[in-house]
Amino acid sequence: MIEFVLNGRAEAIDQADPNQSILEWLRTKKRLTGTKEGCGSGDCGACTVITGAPDKNGQIRYEAINSCIALIGSLQGKHLLTIEAFRGQPAHPVQQSLMDCHGAQCGFCTPGIVMSLIALHSESAPDADDHKLMEALAGNLCRCTGYRPILEAGRQALVQSWQPGSESHPARYLASANNADGLATTDDTSISSLEALNGHHYYAPATLPQLKRLLRAHPDARLIAGGTDLVLEITQQLKALPRLISLERVRELNGSQLEENRLVIGAATPYRQLHRQLSGLWPAFDHLLERLGSLQVRNRGTLGGNIANASPIGDMPPALIALDATLVLDGPEGARELPVEQFFKGYRQTDLKPGEFIYSIHIPLPEPGQRLFIYKVSKRLDDDISAVLGAFRLTLKNGVVQDCRLAYGGMAATPARARLTEAALLGKPWSQRSVEHAIKALGNDFSPLTDVRASSTYRLQVAGNLLHRALLENSELHHRDTPLMVTDYA
Amino acid sequence: MRKLPINTPTPAHSALGVVGAGVEHDSAWLHTSGQARYIDDLPEPEGLLHAAVGHSEQAHARILELDLSQVHASPGVVAVITAADVPGHLDIGPVFPGDPVLADGTVEHIGQPLFAVAATSHEAARKAARKATVKYQPLDAVITVQDALEHQLFVRPGRRQQRGDPDQAIAGARHQLKGQQHIGGQEHFYLEGQACLVEPTEDGGMFVHTSSQHPSEVQKLVAEVLGLPIHCVQAEVRRMGGGFGGKETQAAPLACVAALLARVTGCPVKYRLSRSDDMVQTGKRHDFFNTYHIGFDDSGLIKGADLMVAGRCGYSPDLSDAIVDRAMFHACNAYYLDQARVVGHRCKTHTVSNTAFRGFGGPQGMMIIEQAMDDIARHLGKDPLDIRKLNLFGPGRDVSHYGQTIEQQVLPELIEQLEHSSAYRQRRQEIIALNDRNPVLKRGLALTPVQFGISFTAKHLNQAGALVHIYTDGSIHVNHGGTEMGQGLYIKVAQVVATAFQVDVARVKVSATRTDKVPNTSPTAASSGSDLNGMAALDACEKILGGLVAFASSHWQVSEEQIRFQNNQVLIGDQQLGWEDFIQTAYLNRIPLSSSGFYATPKIHYDHDAGQGRPFLYYANSAACSEVVVDTLTGEYRVLRTDILHDAGRSLNPAIDIGQIEGGFIQGMGWLTTEELVYSTEGRLLTTGPATYKIPAVSDCPPDLRVALLKDSPNHEATVFHSKAVGEPPFMLGISVWSALRDAVSSLSDYRFSPPLDTPATPERVLNAVTETRRWLSQQENGQ
Repeated sequence: MIEFVLNGRAEAIDQADPNQSILEWLRTKKRLTGTKEGCGSGDCGACTVITGAPDKNGQIRYEAINSCIALIGSLQGKHLLTIEAFRGQPAHPVQQSLMDCHGAQCGFCTPGIVMSLIALHSESAPDADDHKLMEALAGNLCRCTGYRPILEAGRQALVQSWQPGSESHPARYLASANNADGLATTDDTSISSLEALNGHHYYAPATLPQLKRLLRAHPDARLIAGGTDLVLEITQQLKALPRLISLERVRELNGSQLEENRLVIGAATPYRQLHRQLSGLWPAFDHLLERLGSLQVRNRGTLGGNIANASPIGDMPPALIALDATLVLDGPEGARELPVEQFFKGYRQTDLKPGEFIYSIHIPLPEPGQRLFIYKVSKRLDDDISAVLGAFRLTLKNGVVQDCRLAYGGMAATPARARLTEAALLGKPWSQRSVEHAIKALGNDFSPLTDVRASSTYRLQVAGNLLHRALLENSELHHRDTPLMVTDYA
Repeated sequence: MRKLPINTPTPAHSALGVVGAGVEHDSAWLHTSGQARYIDDLPEPEGLLHAAVGHSEQAHARILELDLSQVHASPGVVAVITAADVPGHLDIGPVFPGDPVLADGTVEHIGQPLFAVAATSHEAARKAARKATVKYQPLDAVITVQDALEHQLFVRPGRRQQRGDPDQAIAGARHQLKGQQHIGGQEHFYLEGQACLVEPTEDGGMFVHTSSQHPSEVQKLVAEVLGLPIHCVQAEVRRMGGGFGGKETQAAPLACVAALLARVTGCPVKYRLSRSDDMVQTGKRHDFFNTYHIGFDDSGLIKGADLMVAGRCGYSPDLSDAIVDRAMFHACNAYYLDQARVVGHRCKTHTVSNTAFRGFGGPQGMMIIEQAMDDIARHLGKDPLDIRKLNLFGPGRDVSHYGQTIEQQVLPELIEQLEHSSAYRQRRQEIIALNDRNPVLKRGLALTPVQFGISFTAKHLNQAGALVHIYTDGSIHVNHGGTEMGQGLYIKVAQVVATAFQVDVARVKVSATRTDKVPNTSPTAASSGSDLNGMAALDACEKILGGLVAFASSHWQVSEEQIRFQNNQVLIGDQQLGWEDFIQTAYLNRIPLSSSGFYATPKIHYDHDAGQGRPFLYYANSAACSEVVVDTLTGEYRVLRTDILHDAGRSLNPAIDIGQIEGGFIQGMGWLTTEELVYSTEGRLLTTGPATYKIPAVSDCPPDLRVALLKDSPNHEATVFHSKAVGEPPFMLGISVWSALRDAVSSLSDYRFSPPLDTPATPERVLNAVTETRRWLSQQENGQ
């Protein structure tokens, strides 16, 4: 049984195929058709809805998510708001501004845009700046307007306040101080599960012991966290995932904690929740986390998921390898720790043994003289997968490279270090000449593939040039505020 | 008959929302509250089945065996059909034959439908459609334009337009240049995928809800595949979630498949494509390979031009004949090519049949001459804007290479204004200084014009019908042949009708486009929607008004000149009647309150064999100035500022028009920058979803975007209220971004080298251009 609140009303799903996305359930079972399917892969935002779940303080955090790649089981104990909550008059300021600014043409992407903007409005109006606005909209594609009127509408709406107007407004909790009141269930310590007549199962344990017990009982189960990648197997490949165990509610796997010399991040912590803390320690992550997927994806996607999925183009692993971060894996044989670098065994292959899962990620804190550079290169700035991602940790002493770890994504079957290039830099002055010399070794470190994102030649050329960029960032130019990347104009 | 106030200024006390007002889209609230219904949102009829097709996995092959037993056995499957089950026409080619609704023995592209399934759910149908076992005998496949040119494989014969002796003119000119370019295709990426819902009617016919720009063609083709007279089938389109040309011919095959399944099962059938199936199975913008050979004098004035444009049509003609024609018409863009030859090839490839897309070949044609403009400038060491201005059509140089006189010359003044308002010259200097100071980031600037011919080049399509009713409470209902895809056609036509009667636009309702209300309609395409349907609606209003005025004159015993319609009132001599009262009185006196209207575009003609004529009623004009910044380490770039000045004539709705201009510009920019369709050597599309195919997102919108309409520029032709079409022309403003990218890269050579830059100009291609430029530089240095 899954219990949640849909547009202000308690909803329970007893028996249903847990492979169903929230979108499919809304459109086919509830015939709430305001939420649209544009791609079914979490890349266009037409299906954006708002979910709210209580944070540590019991206050509900509302977030925009892609309902096409979130399964219905993930709704346990949450508020779900769809565009249907905003059918009444008066219009929400977001809707009114969109009308005033002519922000909808064909209208198909509009409900998703409205929901993204309402999520932003509820979270940060009137303090949201253009930067926040762009971040909130980066996962919503519009093919008609070219976005200018949508941005204008966002600016106008964010400086207005909104009140639900009546006590029965479907979105009344969005503006209420005690917004957890409406939740149907406060029981967050037991396993919630969903079962279908066809035998498909979805388990969402709340604690680590429950998780371990379920893993023992169902050795064939797939683990799901945010599902932003896994659910594509259902929607794009039309596969059935008969047994799923969700990590989303497992308390021990959620949240992050600063220890003496490291940051410990629970594997099931969504990017959105670790963004601030991580980039506070290592500022280079700030930019990366703004361009990893879209906000809808970062609200669901988790750090552990990005690692376990072992894609050669995952954005976080190269940075973690550059930092010499480690993983704690837990499983039937007990916990063990290993460097992130050693976790990847081959194309989409990891060191995980049967029954094992990622428990946490340990990220070392900066040491004096250390600097981290992370550069993502993709065709499009927003919501794109990297052609090449370079992450470099450098320790300089008197202008000499004392230590360096250069890790790349998109250059090999796994995220990997450029060890020969590192060796060529080590002990050398951090200079144009050293970099030019060192990057000659990149061709021996990597033989990247040609695919839809980039050619092998481009990848090698850019991998080397990113080191030049890091050099420039350390130069006098940088200190004079000369822009060095096109994203400096964002 | 009463003369309509086409050319008179709006009176001081005007009704609300008449022509010229920036009224919001008629569905604005429905859009923003999620209540606007698209096909998949319609209430589902009882017993609804869902369709899917199994498609070819080979680019060119003979089908040796098609084993569908697993498909039949798949859960939820109710019916499976193949070409053998088609009772009427198998071929549904829109203009020329070549498109079987289901493959018959041979397949000619990956994604070609082989068989169709009806099942109890969308998912069951999709799963079943993947279960066929197909044995193919592969045949030679031609995938690229180059291959097709080598094999001389065409879907239609090539054509040529020629004036004078270009070869001699080029040879005799002071300077000669040659160049070539590959222009990538483009996926429409309408947010609403192709969809239809077909319901069998009681009398053996079909009612088709379709997301189509061309309901009359859907109606005709459904009737043909079923072997029925057209009147047995009706099609309705309330709105599309985007069209852009992609639903002109591409919606019909779905409706035909759904209708065939509905006939076999007797049940209503819904057929919508998943995004990846949509991208694989439906046609896109044509890729082009273009070349130029030009001769010019020391000032940069072109003396002779020899241009070749070759489009990748895919496996069948579809609309490609007209699309390559338009590429040829617009290969001169806004420039006078004195002695000129333009040759156009319709290349056949074993890929999906490419189709209409905003601009319809025009953008691809313009690209070759715009490349030449930049190249001339670099060759002579001049600013590209000066070369462009020099070569514009002008007095004594006003006849195009296909013989049409450019009668209303708007661009010289428009460009002058934009050059000034965008501070082009000053920014050019600033950019040179900035580029000197920054070792990696280089800025580029370009101002490019657009001159786009308005009319369908297939003459018979330039007609439209409308139906206007006034009800006894004074409310007005309009139907017309145009379809609403977000472009605001319904509200514009409503404004035309409101203006004709001088009543508030709120009194006018436009409802779904239906083939039984207005028959034999043309597609809503070629930017013609408001030109054609607005005039047809106006004609209907004029007929009703004629009757009303004659009635009022005799009823109140005043002359017709003493009757005026103004601000929801009717002034009759010294009497004044409210609109409702007037209509009520007319009704009681048995005066017709309903009429159809019709319009056929005048003046146009074209002789394809001679390559001469007047294919267009008029031209829409525009120009954009874009500034970009390029990272020479990675090829990444951003557009920092774009200024646009656009000629919409006397705009029917400035707010809607500006929306078209901005949206068209961004879409054109996407075509030339990040939107890359990648095919394997076997002809398989590898970019089948938004994860790999990147249309512009919010950060791609220039942070500084200034769009204005050219003031005081009524259309010299008698178009609806002297407005100009606005759908397609702004798309080609995206060329300014491409040209600015080349400008930024060229700065590395101190503007001496004109870097090649095929499109889409992804960061990778831009970095290649940087590398080429540096190679040229080092050759120069070594040579000296």
